Amino acid sequence: MKSPSFRPWPVVSDAMGGVVHVAVVHDPIGTAELIARVQHAGIGAVSLFLGTVRDLNDGRAVSGMEYEAYMGMADSELRAIAGEPCASDPGLVVAVEHRVGTLAIGDVSVAIACAHAHRAPAMDAARYIIDELKRRVPIWKQEHYLDGERVWIDPTAPARTPA
Amino acid sequence: MTTSNSNHAGIPVLLFASYADAFGARTVQVPVSAPCRASVLVDAMRVMPGGARLPEVPLLAVNQTWIDLDAVVQPGDEVALIPPVAGG
Repeated sequence: MKSPSFRPWPVVSDAMGGVVHVAVVHDPIGTAELIARVQHAGIGAVSLFLGTVRDLNDGRAVSGMEYEAYMGMADSELRAIAGEPCASDPGLVVAVEHRVGTLAIGDVSVAIACAHAHRAPAMDAARYIIDELKRRVPIWKQEHYLDGERVWIDPTAPARTPA
Repeated sequence: MTTSNSNHAGIPVLLFASYADAFGARTVQVPVSAPCRASVLVDAMRVMPGGARLPEVPLLAVNQTWIDLDAVVQPGDEVALIPPVAGG
């Protein structure tokens, strides 16, 4: 039984800035737990970015997605990227998880929680981290189409124009 | 440097995603000897089965750090040829 004073996340008074958590995971990402990791009493804004698997890409019906990572390097690159906005702003707190394996439509593939006393640095950091993640972290995704075909996504390939 | 036979089978290169599919393996032994320039390693991979699909300037990591094609691969390095990344 939860006590009446139960809080979904702990409130602590000793402010901890920087990258508090980075992981490449196989299990579903717990977004509430991720938010809890960046929360403390000095936080006035939490920006949460979620990447989710959508059902349509380039006009083709998608049934699911397979994510693969170069595990050690993905983790270290993700950690480096998450640390970049923190290096110039000690008040920023960041936690990031990226999921690998087989994901279904609507599943969360990546979650980035950025917290700060004020909203602008929190939102800017989330934007920066997802943009750099897409450029620099060795993770790949293969789309599974309803017709059975599977294609590795190549962002450097010229965009296809739907017929 | 003392003579070593650790390279007799070539340099092992880790492959992922579309490159693993193209080469039909998650690790390939590339028939060149370390130390060698990364570009030499990549050129040797181009003539291996599946290597024709490599882009003009593929991404490469040594010991889990990005390097460019002018870098030198040393014996014992962990080398990975990285397909265009698509996380998120």
